[in-house]
Amino acid sequence: MEYFAIIIGAIFVNNIVLAQFLGICPYMGVSAKVSTSVGMSGAVLFVMTLATIVTFLIYNYVLVPFNITYLQTISYILVISSLVQMVEIILKKVSPELYQALGIFLPLITTNCAIMGVALLTVQNEFTLMQGVVFAISHATGFALAIILFAGIREHMELMDLPKAMRGAPAALVVAGILALAFMGFAGLV
Amino acid sequence: MKQWKNFTKGFIKDNPVFILLLGLCPALGVTTSAFNGLGMGLATTFVLLGSNTVVSIIKNVIPNKVRIPSFIVIIASFVTIVQLTMEAYLPDLFDSLGLFIPLIVVNCLVMGRAEAFASKNNIGSSIVDALGMGLGFTLALTMLGGLREILGAYSIFGIQLIPGVTDGMLVFVLAPGAFIGMGYLIILFNFLKKKTA
Repeated sequence: MEYFAIIIGAIFVNNIVLAQFLGICPYMGVSAKVSTSVGMSGAVLFVMTLATIVTFLIYNYVLVPFNITYLQTISYILVISSLVQMVEIILKKVSPELYQALGIFLPLITTNCAIMGVALLTVQNEFTLMQGVVFAISHATGFALAIILFAGIREHMELMDLPKAMRGAPAALVVAGILALAFMGFAGLV
Repeated sequence: MKQWKNFTKGFIKDNPVFILLLGLCPALGVTTSAFNGLGMGLATTFVLLGSNTVVSIIKNVIPNKVRIPSFIVIIASFVTIVQLTMEAYLPDLFDSLGLFIPLIVVNCLVMGRAEAFASKNNIGSSIVDALGMGLGFTLALTMLGGLREILGAYSIFGIQLIPGVTDGMLVFVLAPGAFIGMGYLIILFNFLKKKTA
């Protein structure tokens, strides 16, 4: 039951993009086509889960025992950026197909605040490792849902005759606002 | 004259939020009121100033291959300074900005200026650049925060505009208002940019 609450809460109620404003950069940047947004979602799912596990272990078994939790920000960003680099190298060797699919999105992820945000939230909510993993996977699913929906709308928007000033970023942001409005309907579900 | 241009470019022409679309997460996430926007903007300006200064001082010492990780460590150190200082002296602001203070570390604006400007220019220009860009960012966040506060709560910086009326259009304080307000401010800035060019 408690896992159910985490999953529904993370995907719908507190959607990472539309309610918590994390990961806006890739949300605006790679949402022009549905296919690229699927690739980005895959990469986010992969790295977010891994990063949450690794940062959880570091926080609870290194930072807390040595009483150096003030190094949280520095250690997290270093761990996440080296993790991304490592994943890239390993994927290239082990699974070239997956690397082909996720390849170009991986370097972009280091600057994705969603990854670091979820890692920080896991600690803030005092989750156990298992809860943290479920939390990360659900947040990544929520990201995928938001970005794929958005990309679908944007593909259609290409064909529309918008006022010149609205084209591009402004129209995209207003659409995102309307999507956020729709997601507000889930508020109070859990 | 050149330095003045360098300083003012961040206000309208290269406004980090509305023109370059950098640092959108904090810009949307914390701007529920003008004061929050101002606080976040100044915190980011401080980090930007620190990182630009240090990067431009040690740019010749850092080997090219490890420059990105070195920049990250420098930025993260300044973020930690801001985090601890704010927690100690401005606990209310710290609570309302929440997660977005540690997340300054992944703000593309800070990294972008370190990589694109401070690592190529001398310390004087880097400080001017950091101040200009930081204040441009602060201006953007305060404007968006002000817009949302005026429409959402009929107040600005906590001062009521219409006595006795407190419940405005709530949607502007909530998430959708951030996106929609930002969209229209981008249009405004594109217009201003065209006017001044």
